[in-house]
This record gives sequence, structure tokens and C-alpha cells, in this order.
Amino acid sequence: MTTKERPGDASLKGLTDPVSAVEDKWHLLPAFLQVKGLVKQHLDSYNYFVDQELQQIVRANQRISSDVDPNFYLKYLGIRLGMPERSDPLAVDKSYTPHECRLRDLTYSANIYVDIEYVRGRQIVIRRGVPIGRMPVMLRSSHCVLTGRSEAELARMQECPLDPGGYFIVNGTEKVILIQEQLSKNRIIVEKDGKGIIQASVTSSTHERKSKTYVLVKHDKIYLRHNSVTEDIPVVIALKAMGITSDQEIALLVCGTEKEFLEKFAPSLEEASRLKVFTQKQALEYIGGRVKQTRRFAAARRLPSDEALEILASVVLAHLSVEQLNFRPKCMYIAVMVRRVIATISDERLLDDRDFVGNKRLELAGQLLSLLFEDLFKKFNSDLKLNIDKVLKKPSRTQEFDVYTQLQMHGDHITGGFVRAIATGNWVLKRFKMERAGITHVLSRLSYISALGMMTRITSQFEKTRKVSGPRALQPSQWGMLCPSDTPEGEACGLVKNLALMTHITTDVEEGSIRRLAFVLGVEDINLLSGSELYSPSAYIVFLNGEILGVTRTPGRFVANFRRVRRAGRISPFISIYTNTHHHNVHIASDGGRICRPLIIVDHRRPRVTVEHVKMLSEGKMVFDDFLQQGLVEYLDVNEENDSNIALYEKDIVPETTHLEIEPFTILGAVAGLIPYPHHNQSPRNTYQCAMGKQAIGAIAYNQLNRIDTLLYLLVYPQQPMVKTKTIELIKYDKARTLLLQRYYLPAGQNATVAVMSYSGYDIEDALVLNKSSLDRGFGRCQVMRKQTALIRRYANGTFDRVADPPRDANGDIPFKFQKLDADGVAAVGDRVFPGQVYINKQSPTNTNADIGVGQNPLETGFKATPMTYKGLEPSYVDKVIFTNTESEQALVKLLFRQTRRPELGDKFSSRHGQKGVCGIIVQQEDMPFSLQGISPDIIMNPHGFPSRMTVGKMIELLAGKAGVLKGELQYGTAFGGSKVEDMSRILIDNGFEYSGKDYLSSGITGEPLSAYIFFGPIYYQKLKHMVMDKVHARARGPRALLTRQPTEGRSRDGGLRLGEMERDCLIGHGASRLLLERLMVSSDAFEVHVCESCGLLGYGGWCQRCRSSAHMAPMKIPYAAKLLFQELQSMNIVPRLILEDY
Amino acid sequence: MIVLESDHVHNHYRPALQEWDLAEFTKTFRIDIIRVSPMAMEFDVVGTDAPIANALRRILIAEIPTMAIENVFMTNNTSVIHDEVLAHRLGLIPLKVDPSQFQWKGDADPTDLNTIVFKLNIRCEANPEWKEGDPVENRLINDRVLSSDLQWEPQGGQAERFSESPIKTVHDNILVAKLRPGQEIIGELHCEKGIGRDHAKFSPVATAFYRMMPVIAIKEDITGADADKFARCFTPGVIEVVKEKGKYRVRKARVADARKCTMSREALRHKEFQGKVALMHDPRHFLFSIESTGAMTAPELFLLSIKQLVQKCQVVKTALDKLTDEAES
Repeated sequence: MTTKERPGDASLKGLTDPVSAVEDKWHLLPAFLQVKGLVKQHLDSYNYFVDQELQQIVRANQRISSDVDPNFYLKYLGIRLGMPERSDPLAVDKSYTPHECRLRDLTYSANIYVDIEYVRGRQIVIRRGVPIGRMPVMLRSSHCVLTGRSEAELARMQECPLDPGGYFIVNGTEKVILIQEQLSKNRIIVEKDGKGIIQASVTSSTHERKSKTYVLVKHDKIYLRHNSVTEDIPVVIALKAMGITSDQEIALLVCGTEKEFLEKFAPSLEEASRLKVFTQKQALEYIGGRVKQTRRFAAARRLPSDEALEILASVVLAHLSVEQLNFRPKCMYIAVMVRRVIATISDERLLDDRDFVGNKRLELAGQLLSLLFEDLFKKFNSDLKLNIDKVLKKPSRTQEFDVYTQLQMHGDHITGGFVRAIATGNWVLKRFKMERAGITHVLSRLSYISALGMMTRITSQFEKTRKVSGPRALQPSQWGMLCPSDTPEGEACGLVKNLALMTHITTDVEEGSIRRLAFVLGVEDINLLSGSELYSPSAYIVFLNGEILGVTRTPGRFVANFRRVRRAGRISPFISIYTNTHHHNVHIASDGGRICRPLIIVDHRRPRVTVEHVKMLSEGKMVFDDFLQQGLVEYLDVNEENDSNIALYEKDIVPETTHLEIEPFTILGAVAGLIPYPHHNQSPRNTYQCAMGKQAIGAIAYNQLNRIDTLLYLLVYPQQPMVKTKTIELIKYDKARTLLLQRYYLPAGQNATVAVMSYSGYDIEDALVLNKSSLDRGFGRCQVMRKQTALIRRYANGTFDRVADPPRDANGDIPFKFQKLDADGVAAVGDRVFPGQVYINKQSPTNTNADIGVGQNPLETGFKATPMTYKGLEPSYVDKVIFTNTESEQALVKLLFRQTRRPELGDKFSSRHGQKGVCGIIVQQEDMPFSLQGISPDIIMNPHGFPSRMTVGKMIELLAGKAGVLKGELQYGTAFGGSKVEDMSRILIDNGFEYSGKDYLSSGITGEPLSAYIFFGPIYYQKLKHMVMDKVHARARGPRALLTRQPTEGRSRDGGLRLGEMERDCLIGHGASRLLLERLMVSSDAFEVHVCESCGLLGYGGWCQRCRSSAHMAPMKIPYAAKLLFQELQSMNIVPRLILEDY
Repeated sequence: MIVLESDHVHNHYRPALQEWDLAEFTKTFRIDIIRVSPMAMEFDVVGTDAPIANALRRILIAEIPTMAIENVFMTNNTSVIHDEVLAHRLGLIPLKVDPSQFQWKGDADPTDLNTIVFKLNIRCEANPEWKEGDPVENRLINDRVLSSDLQWEPQGGQAERFSESPIKTVHDNILVAKLRPGQEIIGELHCEKGIGRDHAKFSPVATAFYRMMPVIAIKEDITGADADKFARCFTPGVIEVVKEKGKYRVRKARVADARKCTMSREALRHKEFQGKVALMHDPRHFLFSIESTGAMTAPELFLLSIKQLVQKCQVVKTALDKLTDEAES
């Protein structure tokens, strides 16, 4: 172990040697994670939604008035989300924990309270804290009961302190709203479409609407295209319609004083005059005639020109607001778009790249929920209004009308809307005509890593089926933001990504103050400018979130000043600013969803973070936010990164350097961070491991034994890896040191002693040889927990299910089938249940629909047995039984089965280098080779796994692991660092081993030494969830499908093994006709039919119904499916006739 | 350096090609005991071949019976450890009992001649005498279930038969489970006789293995600073540097104790020693090591293993005799 890995030494070394000391700057990473955490994006986004957006939405939909009574109104004064509480109105203690929700299939949600002001009779009433519905609460968000709790308190709530949170519990299942990747809104993107047409497009997005506007070139002329207009509008006409009628002014706005632009733009100007559009009125009429007629019938017809004006003002480029018909900013914007298009025609390098990460925005739970809430809230209000009108319409009322009572009746709409959306993952928004499926996923609790990996996952809106390489490729701009390794293989490859370790996703920052700051720093207002100033060579156009603010003539100074203000902490650190020298633009961005990461600021070739800072950090005198506040570290988004010179290491700093990386290994994500020495591996191997790490069995959470999950895999003796990485420590996959010096463990694997050699021939194709004694001693032993649920229902007619005690036969004995039942009718905890035995002896009423007489005992309706029977090949133990009730007061019985499994032939294992293999043979210890120390391996791995895979990292892991074992300490395999091979070899030599890790082994069978030195040492192995016990399947006879009478399909239905088309082709090729007949008919769905030889139709029982005779009936065997086909054809009026011949 | 030099890896040694001679064997064969204690022993087997040493090793690991917990009858277990895991852990606890005193159980009913019964009855409570400031580890009673908590329940004549050496676990500090106040484990544990081939818990040895005697041949003198470097390439004590007698008084490397050599082959890496040294093994000299798990002492195990080997030879011998008889008749 080199000293730089050890935190304690940092400060000492630093004092004497300032240059190398900032090597310890990686301490900023744990500090960052402490503040931000791995799922901070989700929490930040949700908190922002609950604390800010909720109010904004309500403010935008503040007032409800009645069409009937003009005096009536209802006004929302405020909104807030309460703390999570039970929905049960009778509950004494309303607080509940997330774990209770998991166990009882509840939704972890809190009431939404509003303050209202409304008219009651002649009074104006104000009511505060009126609940209007319930919203699911994100775990560990500001509104979660777990936030800010100590470990002891969390333990009392049966919650794991290492659980990252960031997900929801809906109906008892943990649901994650995955991060959605989208093209950024409100930004101009210049692209070339399939036909080679260059177009600038902007997706405008406001609270009210989403629309896309294009400016494109067609036959050298420039047009404006928008969905609300039936055909492309010449852009000059559009500009004229917006009030810029003089051609000279238009030309100035688009071209400035440059001749080249004017030449390209002239045809467009000419077209407008050719179309005889000169004035604003003419232009509006021109557009008005082409507006899409999607008006609702009720709306009064308006003049086409008014309609055009309306559309231009609020639909086209909707994100630019037009105040009092001041179209000037919008005209400027269109002019800039046109200019971009013209510039791109002559220089295609100016095309934008839509895969560039800077052009992407990530949509998180908060944004999605906010869209959903706005929709639900609007629906809630319109429903409320309808109801109010209905009541107010009545001429005479017995009671004074109080909306309050009405308000409470509609709560289910919002509650149900949230629950439905999160439970199904279908986001249906009427406003935007948006219908997205698969937004939420069940949080995978296969291993701790899989849960973490899910929280950092990003899905793309791209269709998975499309075979495009662009969006899937690794973008250089992903550096440090998105993990280059962690992506699935196959169809979603490159479309599903993962965040890197230090990534942060921004939330919206209010624009007003930024706008003011920009003007203070010398931006000239757009409204005061003409084209010549806009495009003068020294002028840079300043954009704020895609909207033109104005122009600066000193972009360098402006940007530097702006950054100075940000570094001083006067504005949000997440506001980015960068210069685009190609377009002569300065972009300021404060919108949410940008990806950014912290970097150390460098000026005058010196990083601002010094030894003292790091020392104070490790002493706990500074936290990450202090670094930010003091301007030592700043967040850069992808666009601003482009404007910076970032040095990877301190030694690389040159005069131009502006920033320094905090730590190179942070370009990997949490899942790829598990891999030791990933920089020595072939890159796809790291990707494979990222997929497999999520299937590894291990410890899941501290509350794993209190959980009742559908399927839970646990390792009996998990170990921390001998060779770990800094990432492992940080994400607490393993032991980690926090400020409290506490130890955390949640590993998923074991350190196996591996001999790399061939043995027995049962190790070909990556199969592994396992040592039986190791298995006896607990290696790879795992537990599988499976949940079974039964709902004890009550039916509408008053009948109900019941759980009955075990029945007895004539002798008074309990038959085998019911032997495991307790007197309460449910299997006893700790008991072993065999296949075919009943574990919940449920009985249901025979009649659940019809009314039973008043006063009649529901028990007298009669019951039928609907027991839950244990299926599966191996017996299980009953681990837990839970009796509880759901929100709807239905009794719920949950039962957890447990199996303890030792590895067997065919179980899958993998190292951390994408090297998976199944167990090929289990060998007695005495047959295993043994070393000079008497050590025999746990696993023998075939050396053929190495040359083609090129997983050198695995070899180094073995070496480092062996050295660690000998020295009695853990080694590091951190990416781009880690324990050095040279040091490891030294340790081996010092301990009397060969430097390269190869040992002298003797055969356990012959007792003679092996004729080669064997690479021998510990490698961390993961047991993967794929076990033969869950997969073995064979059948000779068995069930058949009802319709076709063919054998069923699939293991769960004890199905047959299909002789498929290709196998059929083989048999045909061999001419094995009898075998073919046997396989396809006799062993499948042979059926004896009676065919009438005279009419060729099927008869029945030797009788032809058509010929009304039994004279010419011939029995024959055909597949039942063929018989079905004939009958189906007959039903369609097609007569299939069978013409029989002698054979 | 991937060299598979035949002079330091041997598995093509076939002395059996020569006629095996009993007289020669009795003259050369010897066993030197190097170190012996009840738990472990080291000895040299000289004058035989690898298969014989290996047979002993294999017998020790897999074929010498011991007693181990085989069946656990759990009456109550409210600890966090599941029944199967607890049973597995209990099974691995070595027991101090002479297995020759017991019969094989097989499918027979348990009797006092084939089964040992232990009771595990433990409940964790808060220590009423504990005060603030006392050591934290005393706060609870029975929060750690140790192997010493297994109580032997003599059955039938067992109390009498084992009155001299009562049956107990070898170690009394093996941690089996941890409890919290209110949790308890009550169960009855039945031990049976078994062999290591069936389950590692029956193996009487932690491990038994041998290695061949290293032979370090210095073909050419290694002197001066090279000699020191040469010595450093080996485990301390293997090579000594001595001053040669005579005129020049050269410092020279000499093999002091080859036994200590761990075959790191470090010397072969350095250019200056190339061709000057050969690392080899004596293929008829085995350094044997037995580490007992404690049921029987290491020397006992060695004798048992030889007895077992003789028995196996006799089985083969009788079978061979029968075969030759049949062939003759």
C-alpha cells in the first residue's frame, strides 16, 4: 500500500511537500458525497418540487370562479405538503414509517394542504390547512420521516442507514422514477435532416404548452414551420406579421451589414414581395389563412388575422413571452435563427450535435411529478368548478353553499392519480398530449449495488428498436459526467446510462436576479438594439436560458466578471456561463436538468485548494460547501467545461489551465467503481461486470431480515474484498470510514483462493472447479427468500374469505397435505414445507355476487377451498408470517419462505472482471492440488479465460490480494491508481513467495508436483442469482394446453421442451419421417378424427352429419391443431375437404 | 520468467522402474520427527515415493473418522441466525472425543453407542448488575453463544464410559451466534461418526500436507556482495555467508538450512546468479505436516492413517489373491 492511500498520513506529508500534498485532494470526494450523496439528484429535485414548484403551480391556477354566480370565487392562497401520515382517519398515532408501508402494502404518502379563500353566502371565508389529496413521499426527502435521523433512530424504524432513499413506496412496492434524458428545451439546434435540409429548431416549453418551431431552407429560401400552421410560412412574412415591415430592417436584423448573408437572404425577401405581402396586415392575413382549424366548436370565430396574431404571440416560440404585443424580442430571436441557418449553409461545421451532452437535459422525479400534479390539479379544479356550478344552479338551497365540503369530496382524484402513475409508470398528461410508459421501475433489491445502480440510471426517450449509432455512442462530453462503462448490452446499449460519481443535476434557478446581474455587468438590452449592433464584429449576443438578453462588446470581461460573482457565492453556484466563439454568443444557463460536476479552480498555475484546506477538511473544520462558498471549487456544466482548460493532474497544469480534476476515478460510476484495476481491463469487460455486479448475491441492507420482498437473495457469509477501491469505501459496499469512524458492510461476494490451471476437463468454456470442503465450510452458501401473499377478502354481499384449520381424516389424523398448518390455518414459522403441502388454508364463499337474505348468516352460503399450495422442487422453511390489513381494511397474510442453498453443479459465479462461469465439477479437497503451505484452492479457473478476454486487472487483483493476505492488510485497486504491482511483488518476495504470484503446487491425486507453476491467490468472487435449482426442468408427460391440446410451454407450467423449426428442419434433412411424425404429432396433440370419404368433412363417432350416413367413415389421426384449423375455416365459410387415399 | 525447468519441477521421477527391494527399503526408509505437539506435528518421511506420502495425506483428510454434530433438533430459536445456518455452524465445531468408542450410525436408530447428545439452552438477558460506566461487554448476559455453551448430555452408559475424559468441544471460545436480550436458542444436538469425504466437518485435520525437501545446488561460487544478495533472495536462514578459510578469506554463500526454503525462486531472477544455482527437490524426502482439529492428537492421527493404509492394502491384497486364485483354477 502506498502512503497516499492512507488518509491519516495526508496532513503530515503535506506540510513538508506542498506540491504532492494536494494529491490528497481526493478527500473532497467523500466530502462531496457526504453533502450530496449518490441519490442527491433525486432528493434535490423532489424537494425543489415540493417546496417551490408546488407553490408556482398553485399560483398559476389560483382562482376558480363560477359561470353561474359571478360573486363566487375560490382562491388558493398557499399550498404545502405535510409529513407522511396514515390515511386511516381513526388512527390515534398517525405517523408511520416507510417500513410499515412496505410490509402492509401501503403507500408512503403525505397530505397536500391548501389555504383557501372563498365566498360563502355573503361572507369571504379563509380556511387554512384543507387537505385536497395525498402525494407519495420520496424516501429521505425533506418531507420523509427518515431525514436527519440518527442511526439508532433509523434502526428503531427498521430502516437501513445505508439505504440511499430517493424512491417511493406505492402499494408496498418500492418504485424509482428513473432519470429521463431529453433534448434541452428552449435552445436553438441547427441540424441537417435526412434530406439534407438545414434547419434550426427550438422546442419551446412553458407551463401551458409545448411546441416546436423550425426555421428551414427550402429552394434557397427560408421558411418558418410550426405545427399550428398548415404550411411553411416564408420567414420574411412571419417577421412582417410581427410588425417589422420594412425589408431593410428585416435584412439588417438577419444579416447585419455583412454582404454574404444578404446574398443568401435576398431570395427570401424577394419571395415576400412576390407573394405581395408588404404590410403587417397582409402578412397576418397570409398566415391567418393557413392556421390549422383545431378550434373547439364553442369558441367564437375570430378574424384570421387575429388568430394569426394570437398564434404568433403565444404559440410560436412560446417560451418567449410577448408583452403588450411587443414582438421585438421574438423577431430578434427568429432573425438569429435565420442567421444561424444561413451561416450553416456555407459552413457545415456550424451544425449542432444533438448527442452532445450539453444539449441534453435530465428530467428527474420532481419535474415529472410536477407535470403530473399540474395536470391533476387542473382536473381537480375543473371538476370542482363543474360541481360548484351544479350546486349554484339550483334556485333554492336548504343550506348555505360551502365549497369546503365540495373540496373534500374530490381528494381521491389527486391521490389516485399519483398512485396510479407511479405504480404503473404511465405518465398520461392531457395538456401536452403526453403518454409515456415505463417511467417508473421497481427498485431492484437483488444486491445493494443493484439498488444504487438503479438510482443513478438514466434512460433515454429514444426508441430502442432503432438501429442508430449516434445516440448510443460514447460522447467525449460524457467525460466525468456519465459513466463510460456502465451501460447494458443489447438493445438498450448506450441509451441507458449511469451517472458518474461526482455528477450533480441542477434544479431551476430563478431568472430575474440573473437578468438584472447581466444588465449590471454591461449587457445592452435587446429592445434597444438594431441589427447592425447585434452583429457588429465585437458584439456577443448574451442568451439567458435560450432567450436573448442583449449584447456585450466585452465578452471576455463580462464572462470573467460573471464568474467572479458566482465564485463569491452571490448567485447560485449552478448557474453556468460560457462563450461560444463560433456563434459570437455568450450563454447563461440557470435551468434545471443540466449535468454538472465540481472542479478545483486553478489560477496563475496554482490550484486554489491547498494543503491547508485539505487538512482542515480531514480535521472536519471545513465541509464541501465551504469550498464552494470560498470559491475554491466550482460546478461546471458540460457547456462551461467546453470553455475551460481542465488539468487531469497537478503536474499537467500549464498557464492556460483554469481547472483541476478532483480525482480521475470519478469518471466512473458507483457500479463500475467496484472493479479493481479497471484501467487494466479490456473495456467491454468492465461493462460486463457492471451488468453482473447487479446480479451478485450478498448483503442487501441492514434491515434485510425484516423485509418481506417477493424475492430476496442473501449470502450467508459475505466478505469484504481483499482488493477494494476508494469507490467501494465511499458507497459503503464495504467497510467505510465516515466522520464518526463507523464501520459499514454490505458486500456481495467472497474472497476465493483461486488456482489458475486446468483440471479434470470439466472446466472448459469458463466452467469452474469448486472445492467440496470449501462448500462444506460455507463458501458460496446463500439464502433465497420468497414471499407468498393471500388477501382475505370481504365481498360486497357480506360474505368473506376465511382461513380454516387443518381437516382430519376418518382416523382423526391430519393428511400429509395439511400437516404443516397451525390451528390458525397458516403454516407454522420455522416449519419445513414440502411440495404439495398447503401453507394457507384459505376458503372462499361459493357465492360472492348475489345478495344473500337480510339477516342470513354469511357463513351459511357455503365455502369452497382455495388453498395456497407450495410448489417447487425443494422444500422451504417458513421464515415469517405476517397478519395485517391493507388500507382498504382487507386482511392480508404474507408468508416468507426461506431456502438455504449450497453451490451445486451449474450455479453461476463471476469475478469482478466480467468473467462469469458456471460450476462444472465439485472436487473433494484431497483431490485438489495443494501448495507448499498446504493450501488447496476454493476455485480452479481455466487459464484459457485470460488470453482472449485480456482482463489483466484480474491478475493484478490476484497479486494484490495475495500480497494483502500475506501482509495482513487490504489493498486498493482504485481506477487509475491503486496499489502498484511492483509493491505487491516486493511483499510477495519478502514473504518467501515468487514475485509473480505463481506457486509450486502438487497434485492431490498423484501426490507429485505439477509440471507448471500455478498462478495462485485470492480473487473476489460473486455468486450470481442464476442457480440451477431455479432452472432445472424436464418432462416426459405432463399438462397440455386447453385449446390446442399441445404440451404447455415454460417451466412454471411444467411445459414440454419444444422441437422447434430448426430442429424440425434437421429431421426433414435427415429424412427421419417417422421420428418427425412422432415428435410433431404422436407426442404432441394426436387426435383421432372420423373423416367422411364421400364429402371429405369431419364426422363424429363414425357418423357424417352432412351425408347423414356412416357408410364411408374412415378413422385417422391428425394433430388436434389441424382439426381446430379445419373447424375454424368452416366457421369462416371455407370448406376444407380431406381427400383420402389408400396408403 | 516462465521457465519450466525440469530440474526444479519433477513429476517424471519414476524410481519404480527399478525393482523394488524390501531390504533396500528397510535400510533407507526412515521417519524423523521434527516437532510434535498434541495439535500439530511435523516429521520427515525419507526413502519413499510421492504416492505413499500422498496416500497418507489423503487418508488423513478424508478417511479418518471423527464425531461431529450431524442433527440439530431446534426447539426454539429466536436469534437472528436462521436454523440452517446455526446448524451448519454447530456442525463445524470440533469435538474432543475418541471416535473409536462409537459405532457407525448409518440409518440405525440413535443409541448411546452411536450418538452423542449435546444440549444448547441459552437465553440472553440484560445484566441487572450492570451500571453506567461498567465495561460495555458486560451489559448483557449470554449475548455471545460460544462453543462452551454446548452441554454434553450423557446417554445410557456414556457417563461411565467417558468418566475419565468427559466429552466436550475442543475449543470453548468458538463464537456460534450472537443474541440480544430476550432471544434464546434451545436445541438438542446429535453427534455422529463420519469421515471427511462426506463432509469437511468430519475431517480430523485442519490440513495435512507434505512438501519435498528443497535442494539448493550452488554450482559456482557466489562471493562478496553477491553472496549477501544471494542470501537475501531466500528466506532468512537458508543461505549463510561464510568467510572462506585460506589465503583470500573470500566471503562465500553456502546453504545452511534448505528446509526453510520456501521455493520463491527469487535467486533465479537475477542475472548474476544465472547458471550458478539450481533449485531442486529431493523426491524421496517428504516434509510432512499434520495439524489436528483437536479430536485426536496429531501423532495418533498419523498412526491411524498408517493403520488405515495397511488395511486398504490388505483389501487390495485379498482381492488380488482371489483374482489370482480364480485365474489359476
